[in-house]
Amino acid sequence: MSNSNGTPANPNASAPEAGRSQAGSHQYLSFFLGGEEYATDILKVQEIKGWDTVTRVPYSPDYLLGVINLRGAIVPVVDLRVRFALDKAEFDAATVIIVVHVAGTRGNRIVGIVVDAVSDVYSVPADKIQPPPDVIGAVDHMYVVGLASLDDKLVIILDIERLVLSSVGGENQAAA
Amino acid sequence: MSIDMEMEEILNLFFEESFEGIDIMESGLLTLEDGADRETINTIFRAAHSIKGGAGTFGFMEISEFTHSVETLLDEMRNGTRSITPDAIQVLLQSVDVIREMTQSAQAKTPIVMTGADALSGELARILAQKVPPGAAPAAPSIAANAAATPPAVPPSGTTTPAQAQPTVVAVKRESNPEPAAPAGPLEAWRIVFAPDPNLFKTCNDPMRIFEELANLAPLEVTANTDALPAFGLLDPTQCFLSWTLLLRGPVEQSRIVEVFDWVDASSKIVYEPIYGVGQAGAPADRPAAEHAQPPAARATPAADAHPPAPTAAKSGGEAGSLRVATEKVDALINLVGELVITQSMLGRFAEKYEPSDIEALRRSLAQLTRNTRELQESVMQIRMLPIGFSFNRFPRLVHDLSRKLGKKVDLKLSGENTELDKTVLEKIGDPLVHLVRNALDHGLEAPDKRLAAGKSETGTLELNAFHEGGSIIIEVKDDGAGLNKERILSKARERGLVDQDAQLTDDAIYNLIFVAGFSTADTVSDLSGRGVGMDVVRRNINDLGGHVQIFSVKGQGSTIRIRLPLTLAILEGQVLRVGKEIYVASLVSIIETVQSTRENLSCVAGRTELFRHRTDYIPIIRLHDLFGIEPDSREISDGLLVVLEADGRRVAMLVDELLAQQQVVIKSLETNFKQVPGLAGATIHGDGTVALILDVPGLIRTFLEQQGMHMGRAA
Repeated sequence: MSNSNGTPANPNASAPEAGRSQAGSHQYLSFFLGGEEYATDILKVQEIKGWDTVTRVPYSPDYLLGVINLRGAIVPVVDLRVRFALDKAEFDAATVIIVVHVAGTRGNRIVGIVVDAVSDVYSVPADKIQPPPDVIGAVDHMYVVGLASLDDKLVIILDIERLVLSSVGGENQAAA
Repeated sequence: MSIDMEMEEILNLFFEESFEGIDIMESGLLTLEDGADRETINTIFRAAHSIKGGAGTFGFMEISEFTHSVETLLDEMRNGTRSITPDAIQVLLQSVDVIREMTQSAQAKTPIVMTGADALSGELARILAQKVPPGAAPAAPSIAANAAATPPAVPPSGTTTPAQAQPTVVAVKRESNPEPAAPAGPLEAWRIVFAPDPNLFKTCNDPMRIFEELANLAPLEVTANTDALPAFGLLDPTQCFLSWTLLLRGPVEQSRIVEVFDWVDASSKIVYEPIYGVGQAGAPADRPAAEHAQPPAARATPAADAHPPAPTAAKSGGEAGSLRVATEKVDALINLVGELVITQSMLGRFAEKYEPSDIEALRRSLAQLTRNTRELQESVMQIRMLPIGFSFNRFPRLVHDLSRKLGKKVDLKLSGENTELDKTVLEKIGDPLVHLVRNALDHGLEAPDKRLAAGKSETGTLELNAFHEGGSIIIEVKDDGAGLNKERILSKARERGLVDQDAQLTDDAIYNLIFVAGFSTADTVSDLSGRGVGMDVVRRNINDLGGHVQIFSVKGQGSTIRIRLPLTLAILEGQVLRVGKEIYVASLVSIIETVQSTRENLSCVAGRTELFRHRTDYIPIIRLHDLFGIEPDSREISDGLLVVLEADGRRVAMLVDELLAQQQVVIKSLETNFKQVPGLAGATIHGDGTVALILDVPGLIRTFLEQQGMHMGRAA
């Protein structure tokens, strides 16, 4: 399977131009989840879309809401609230799905993640990111890249790739 | 980067064409067996020639050199200087295999293994040496037959030599058995007869330049032959009417001369004749570098036999592939797109200025758009459709080889080769068909003496037939052999504990046993079949394609294996059904019928397996809501509908709340971004944009039976 499943070009290729506004600094998209602010590498984000009807898939864990139709592609959707064992929120018009693309073993995969709201885009210098403590609230530290304190607030930077792939599964299946 | 890509594309084209050429050679050679005709030999020769040329261009010297020696043999056959013997055909067929293997290795970018080629080169050399055409005088040194026929005198006229109906490039080849009396002094010069094709100029060749280049190698004398020049009024300046005799005075290597003529196409005639000095006889010091240095007739028959016919492996993986499409199909598409553009502009008009009175016109345009879309969809699907002949055409060879090996006489009949089916299905059905054909030859058809004893004709018949039926394609493999031996199958199955000792099975159930993994009734395991792997793989492959297999057999009269396949994998004839709030799609092919059950038809075994009496059979009930964890409208079986499904020769009744529409659905992969889910074959998108999941009926039945702890042996 090729790496270009109709997804944007290899994120690494465009990283130097688009990702860094200045030397050593990287852009992150932040979002709210249960009152806390999380962030992901903006280059992994393909688009942000409104709430859509999700079709439940049998034999899935509860944080896996199901699949949606993203312009003809069948895309799984993960509820990050449930994934992080937070209280389940009602989905409404304000609920957004962040569509990310991650490099799986079988090629690029597109996955939607449901968050409370999208917040901001930050440019964070690499030296402003601190390594994570062992436990950060509900999130396993293996999914956290680090913490960034910006304007007196703390943003948790997630390893979205690892988080999403572990949630969706299917990494060890042979491509059909 | 882009040049690499282009190169890669050109290379792929070369491989594609070479494999096509190899197939042409193979089928041509098989036709030759029944009687030679000139056109067939020409076709084979042309195919070999293009493979050689292409391989040389791309630097696959092993392929090009080996093909060259094959070509030499073919050339002699084509010129009538060599008769076509079964022996030669057999060696040529083996050579085709070797070329195919070498090309496959080249394609896979693995080193080309020369063992097969080396063994066969010896064999080819033996044949080439075996029968020197009667005309060739023993004194003629190292020159192919045609070359010898050319008068060695200085003013020759290539175009007037009678034997030159088809001009060819004749290369010097080494005779395995050089005449000791030959005047073989040191190489002194070359005499080259160059009689170009009249279209020489059109292929961008300028003889002047060729001669200049030759003159760089050694002093050159050129004699032009103007015999063929027409009267001035008839002279076409774009045609070449001249031929030349060149005398190159110097011990130049032949390969360097050949190089100069590299770009002259094959329809020109070029003869290279070395001229040796006298004296120092017996010392063939500077023999012309023969293009194919063959080991002196190393008879390698056992090695050649050890080489099994056409191992069809190494073709898996890389399914990206390309597709050759008939021009008319593309033209049809272009037409449709044209219509679509017209419809679009009609509709666009309404957006600019709409008046209520236009509603009728708007409706008409929309109807047209609907029609265009449907036609476009059908035409696009058509592009993926290929005739099954692509898969069938490997069988004449397979049957030819196998029947020889087994000592059976077989008449292979192919029909319905033009039946079209999806490319993916076509590619995946090949291997199962090979299995079935091998089985039919090995187990089905009897040896000639047994057939005679049974009052049948000595030659068995094997039929491969393909046709459309409903929305499916049917492929039948039919033999008039001994038929399946029910008692043997049953006793073997009991022996292996696949069925209970006292179980009573229907004929169908017994036949289905041969699909169970590890089952074989063959007393001896041959390298063809009998190991008990195969039939289970056949059925699994066919099930994976969404099809199923049936067996019909009459003892003593033969068996028929019938494969039913969907026409395409991209679109499914689906039945939309609802359980609770969820919508699923089941393939219509797997649905036998849908019934509303009454309490009288239901029973319960061991307190958990619910059975439904369907006609005379009792079949287990799958509660889809339990299996998938859905909240249904009602848990009462008599409130819902039972959809009777069949797969792998087993039937189940699936409980659903409601049947919705029957429609064609486009199959989307769940795996691309997600993963395989048990019981699901994929997903599709509804008209409203939501996703509906497609049930994988065989998988569903398997999952269910595993949960119920039912054993495989309870077939049907």
